[in-house]
Amino acid sequence: MTGTTNGDRLAARLRGVGVSLGGRRILADVDLDVPHGQRLGIVGVNGAGKSTLLRVLAGVLHHGSGTAELAGPDGRLEDLHDVRARERARRVAYVPQEEVVAAELLVGEMVALGRVPRTRPWARGGRDERDVVLAALDAVGLADRVDNPCDQLSGGERRRAVLARGLAQQCPVMLLDEPTNHLDVAWQLRLLEVLAGQAETLVATIHDLDLALRYFDVLAVVGWPDDGDPSGATGPRGPATVVAVGPPADVLAAGHVDRHFGVGSVQVPHPHLDQPHLLIHARRDHP
Amino acid sequence: MSHGEKPRRSSVRRRLAFWPLLLLLVLATLGSLVASLAFGSERIPVGEVVGAVTDRFAGRDPGRWDVIVWELRMPRALLAVVVGAGLAVAGVGMQTLVRNPLADPFLLGISSGASVGATAVITTGVLGGLGIYAVSTGALLGAVGSALLVWLVATAQGGLTPLRLVLSGVVLSSGLSAIASFLVFLSGDPRAANSVMFWMLGSVGGATWEKLWIPAVLVAVLSAGMLALHRWMDALAAGPDTASALGVNVAAMRTTLFVGLAVLVGVLVAVSGGIGFVGLIVPHAARLVVGARHRVVLPVAALGGGLFLLWVDVVARLAVRPQEIPLGVVTGVVGAPLFLLLMGRGRYRFGGQQ
Repeated sequence: MTGTTNGDRLAARLRGVGVSLGGRRILADVDLDVPHGQRLGIVGVNGAGKSTLLRVLAGVLHHGSGTAELAGPDGRLEDLHDVRARERARRVAYVPQEEVVAAELLVGEMVALGRVPRTRPWARGGRDERDVVLAALDAVGLADRVDNPCDQLSGGERRRAVLARGLAQQCPVMLLDEPTNHLDVAWQLRLLEVLAGQAETLVATIHDLDLALRYFDVLAVVGWPDDGDPSGATGPRGPATVVAVGPPADVLAAGHVDRHFGVGSVQVPHPHLDQPHLLIHARRDHP
Repeated sequence: MSHGEKPRRSSVRRRLAFWPLLLLLVLATLGSLVASLAFGSERIPVGEVVGAVTDRFAGRDPGRWDVIVWELRMPRALLAVVVGAGLAVAGVGMQTLVRNPLADPFLLGISSGASVGATAVITTGVLGGLGIYAVSTGALLGAVGSALLVWLVATAQGGLTPLRLVLSGVVLSSGLSAIASFLVFLSGDPRAANSVMFWMLGSVGGATWEKLWIPAVLVAVLSAGMLALHRWMDALAAGPDTASALGVNVAAMRTTLFVGLAVLVGVLVAVSGGIGFVGLIVPHAARLVVGARHRVVLPVAALGGGLFLLWVDVVARLAVRPQEIPLGVVTGVVGAPLFLLLMGRGRYRFGGQQ
């Protein structure tokens, strides 16, 4: 299933990518196509390397081996190393998972950082910038907090404010690391819609398999190709890779979920809505 | 809309408006510059001081106070402003570079390196051929050498990351201080120990018009440079991943900042010794009053630092007349309580730390 292409145009492509951090190999032989104009979800157990994969795609982390490519405005793929940082930041907005929000900045000032790739480093933020910032904050429901200090936001509000910075970057591709962390259920659903509405292509790591099943067009599983205990309780394992790519209903079939996540599961239709849900239970209960 | 999140707290933090504050600081600095010329071992009436200064600008014949006002006190006052501004700006830069609230301009072992250089000159008499510039040259060489050492150690370990810079800077500082002490010990001359200590605590007493222009130009150029990159500095302060995601070349930015700071602080230490506290507290004070964006912090810190050190120098001249106290003593005694007062004014955070 590795390397499935949905449609012909790609937003980004990884081929044979390997990453080592502090001498430990985290990822190896990763092949992944990011289809243009779609929502790609990255799932996997803790420590598999989902965030690392996203950082490679974002160009923030330099991969050791293989090629990582990013599509230009004309849709042609270019090697990520050849794209200047500033140009890359105009194509890809990356929002890390746990970000320490800069202290003593107002919410609006923090969100305005998203305009850095499109403004000269000495420029004063003008009215246009203020409008972009307000629109981004409005999208995450924080427009009225624009002049409040960042440290007075709650955990969920802070998460939304950081995502607003990603929106203010106004890039065709958004890479989000666990965007729904710390969020209330209502905001989890609404935010994913808002984000997908703004970016053409959305790539997000996601913890909640049920949300992953419903929300994404394509899912990629980061894990280990061999069978065994996916929780890693049996000790450290070798480098992980993308072990499955495809439509969510296929990737989250019971056999796969059992193998890659170590739990039993069943997909059931919502009784009133036309959408599938994933019910999860302990492995033992599974026949 | 907020779905069951905590109720809104009344929370718009009070900040001072930037432009009026800047104007106020400029006027206060200019006014203080002239006023400070009146103080010293010889008390000159302010009217006479103003007269002596305006005589110069008007090109009239110098009056009786001309030499004291124009040749002795004016360069000294200007050097105090330049050094204060430079240390404050360097403090802002260093705190952003290493993302640590306790960082000060001397973090990279620069002051200890400078003290080794200065001590070597004082105790062994090397560079004696340079006359009055010998100690400054020795200090500059020591400062640049130690910055280079920190650079090499950090780079060899994998790059100029904040943690590596802080650790190698702190460790090398202690090592270099030990070497400086050893040099004093070797010389066996109690006067050497005394002059080294006085030198380290800082003074702008040796200021002349000739000595003034290098630090002045350097402070102006590097402050303008940092101000021109204020958005990238903001991004860098938000963390390396965020800065990189925002299109800032983090490695190049760190290298540029490191080199600029090393040169700036090296020259400041060479002309005025190791004046502590200014580079630590003025940046924090500036952030407290105008917020953390570099576009506003840098100018306010520069003017604030200059103004602060100008009056510190006046106190140093007056407190135990006719003797002068080293500036580092005054900045410490005045600065510590002032800073605690500012901190108590409101909840203050930096780099996620409270």
